[in-house]
Amino acid sequence: MSPFWILIVIGVVAVLGYVGARRRAMSSASGNIRNLHSLPNFYGMNALLAGLVPALLLLAVWSAVQPIVIKQSVQSIILDANPDFGSGQLSLVMTQVQRLAEGLSNAIGAGDLTREQVFDMRADLTDVRGRLADLGVALSGDVTQTELQAAQRYMGISAWGDTLRAFAVIAASLLGTAIAFVKTDKDYRARNAVEFMTRMMLLTAACIAILTTVGIVLSLVFNTVEFLRLYPAWDFFFGTRWNGTSQLGLLPLLWGTLYISIIALIVAVPIGLFAAIYLSEYASKPVRAFAKPALEVLAGIPTIVYGLFALLTVGPFLLDVFGDGGALGVDWMSGATAVMTAGLVMGIMLVPFVSSLSDDIINAVPQAMRDGSYGLGATQSETIRQVILPAALPGIVGAILLAASRAIGETMIVVLGAGAAARLSMNPFEAMTTVTTRIVSQLTGDADFTSPEALVAFALGMTLFVITLGLNVFALYIVRKYREQYE
Amino acid sequence: MTDATNNPGASGPTARKHTSLLTIDVNTRKRNRAEARFRSYGIAAIAIGLSFLVMLVWSILSSGLPAFTRTVVEIELTVTQEEYAAAEDQLFKTRAYQDLLVGSLAAELGEDVDPESVERIIGSPGAMLRNYYTANEDQLGEAVTFKLPTSSRTDGYFKGRITREGQERSTFLTPEDLDLADEMKENGIITSEFNWQFLTGTEASDDNPVAAGIGASVVGSFYMMAVVLILSLPIGVAASIYLEEFAPKNRFTDIIEVNISNLAAVPSIVFGILGLAFFIQFAGLPRSAPLVGGLVLTLMTLPTIIISTRAALRAVPPSIRAAALGVGASKMQSVFHHVLPLAMPGILTGTIIGLAQALGETAPLLLIGMVGFVALKYPDGVAEGLLDSNSAMPAQIYTWASRADQIFYEKAWGGIIVLLVFLLTMNIVAIVLRRRFERRW
Repeated sequence: MSPFWILIVIGVVAVLGYVGARRRAMSSASGNIRNLHSLPNFYGMNALLAGLVPALLLLAVWSAVQPIVIKQSVQSIILDANPDFGSGQLSLVMTQVQRLAEGLSNAIGAGDLTREQVFDMRADLTDVRGRLADLGVALSGDVTQTELQAAQRYMGISAWGDTLRAFAVIAASLLGTAIAFVKTDKDYRARNAVEFMTRMMLLTAACIAILTTVGIVLSLVFNTVEFLRLYPAWDFFFGTRWNGTSQLGLLPLLWGTLYISIIALIVAVPIGLFAAIYLSEYASKPVRAFAKPALEVLAGIPTIVYGLFALLTVGPFLLDVFGDGGALGVDWMSGATAVMTAGLVMGIMLVPFVSSLSDDIINAVPQAMRDGSYGLGATQSETIRQVILPAALPGIVGAILLAASRAIGETMIVVLGAGAAARLSMNPFEAMTTVTTRIVSQLTGDADFTSPEALVAFALGMTLFVITLGLNVFALYIVRKYREQYE
Repeated sequence: MTDATNNPGASGPTARKHTSLLTIDVNTRKRNRAEARFRSYGIAAIAIGLSFLVMLVWSILSSGLPAFTRTVVEIELTVTQEEYAAAEDQLFKTRAYQDLLVGSLAAELGEDVDPESVERIIGSPGAMLRNYYTANEDQLGEAVTFKLPTSSRTDGYFKGRITREGQERSTFLTPEDLDLADEMKENGIITSEFNWQFLTGTEASDDNPVAAGIGASVVGSFYMMAVVLILSLPIGVAASIYLEEFAPKNRFTDIIEVNISNLAAVPSIVFGILGLAFFIQFAGLPRSAPLVGGLVLTLMTLPTIIISTRAALRAVPPSIRAAALGVGASKMQSVFHHVLPLAMPGILTGTIIGLAQALGETAPLLLIGMVGFVALKYPDGVAEGLLDSNSAMPAQIYTWASRADQIFYEKAWGGIIVLLVFLLTMNIVAIVLRRRFERRW
């Protein structure tokens, strides 16, 4: 029975439970609603939830666990036949077995083969591959007897498991509904039960955020550990060469990332900060109403747009100015992708980020401090420089750190604008590469996930995650501490 | 401001004697100049920021708008019964139809034309002509107007992407071909029209770049957004209600809070790694599927939705809750019957903005394999739309940006215009919702 039909069945059971429990409650109160503890709908809802929630949980858990159990059991057949298989070979054979099993079940579904025929099949007697090819299933190699046996076991357990799952889930649904139905009585505290269950569901939803973090950390940690088993940790963290295959040193990537981020901040911080000061201290209402949202449009533009802007507009423009035969007559730049290209565009992207955060922070400085300064005869700019900025400084530092963390984690601009060559150089007009760019290039394509070349991406991701998380936690701490000071 | 008290010696008693409110002294002048300078820095910063915006918009529009038009050859062709029979008798049938086309073109221009030149301008439409006539034999002997898209280089020439000088040594499109094309333009044979194919088409191979369109990836994005909406709205709202209304103040809820604010700042590519490791490697879901993309983007969007939903819930005044509790509602009833409906406009606004962010996100899609996938057809149904490989708008734009042929750059900018139109619409809806339904308490 497919999950779709299981869902339909338990849905029907739950709705019947709702109607039944509501009726039973009303009749136990002899039709007078005032004799009930809760409103009649709560009795119904109680039965509905009792029929749905445990059954759905069971369905989810079962569907998650069953493939793992099947895999274990099938793998043991293959390993018994070939004890010296490595993990790569094993996964190849497993894929073959899976396709074989799928092909055979499709053949049964289409009526081309019967179940008995499939389970009596012998690889040495029948040309399995040829027969499946006739039915439109392409296999990558000839089928061995072990593979066929494994596929037969796979199909056998799947079919058996699916049937058992249907029974178990529907039984759970019936049992839940029945218990709720029996409990229903005019004195039963249905509302409290329903509200408790609702509250649990709300709590579960809130926990998904934690699960996401746990998922991120686990997927990064496991693969990073796996990588560090295959590749020496010292060479990774302190290696100065990167070629993507045999030399996987982190330093050139980290340098590229930092260099681009620094250029981005040099562009974004002065512009963003002065814009924020002008908007919060000088600008008239109409100017502010126009300029603030207009600047924030820059923050809403997807990064792919900035990436294309870097690659096709800013890069060629810089090449015209700084390249060979360019407007300045200097030959500093040889290609459109460079640290400068990516840094400039990233700076543009960060301007609204710095300006709106600093704007909030400057606005949070109490008016009394400004008035005090004006009262002593200071001009507006003197007040800003000597009173407001020192007061807002921690918050502004926090905002800049948040912007830096954005710059370090930014992907599309550097993928399109920074180039692919890993080098440790000071020339901002040279192409360099970053951590995020390399994560993308190591994981796109048909990489084998067990090789160090692919696994290094997880170690890079881990580095990125730790750096940005550290910056964020620190920045949020500073901002919060600063806010408390004036509240 | 402190000069007078700090350095009394500098200005001296004599200087002070002449100070008057009616004349501006040197020091005041200096301070006023500093004031004006400081102010101008602010204006300059805003002007630079806005000029970035203008440059970006100009660059998008000027490079992207040509993608919405295409250059076509509009030609009237009359194929008689005899010509049809003769063409069908030949070994290279499509070639024969092409010759008929060249003949008709020559007649219209009133001079001989080089068939190879024509082929370089409009490609090889012979097969298409043959298909038309074998399917509609009744049109034989009648005048039929054909609209044939020109080759990508001819298209580029008329849009200014390719210059005559650049083609001097080209074998794909020679200057003589350009003369012919110019002549055809003067005679009204080559015209330009709105390129519907760009909006409805699918990705095309390198041989036929003119036909590439963004339609299929819009559908892919649509399925992804459906997954994001269906999952993130209920989960996000439920989580916010718990944290804002029910959560006791303890360690556990503190952890959840810190977690959510940190998740909002995790780089998007890390979510891509999570999607690859968990959904594809561990759970065995198919690569490049909009379902996986939707799941990854859901996890990314959740913090945004939770943060804005909590702000909306917080904006509902406590008197509403107190009143509900006062007339005998339970805590749960007061939240679901009173607070939630009042917070709904704010929640929807936040959700739409979260969706708009997710729609433009590219980096995680690179990792789950939505890039480089050639989406040649539309999905047939909902299940296929969710589980079969497809591309999404930003991923499609990225694919085009990394192709070699220049025409794909134009397509990439055009794709950005389509993407931005979607984003703009969503943001306007969000603003309208806020303006229309927002209540100030």
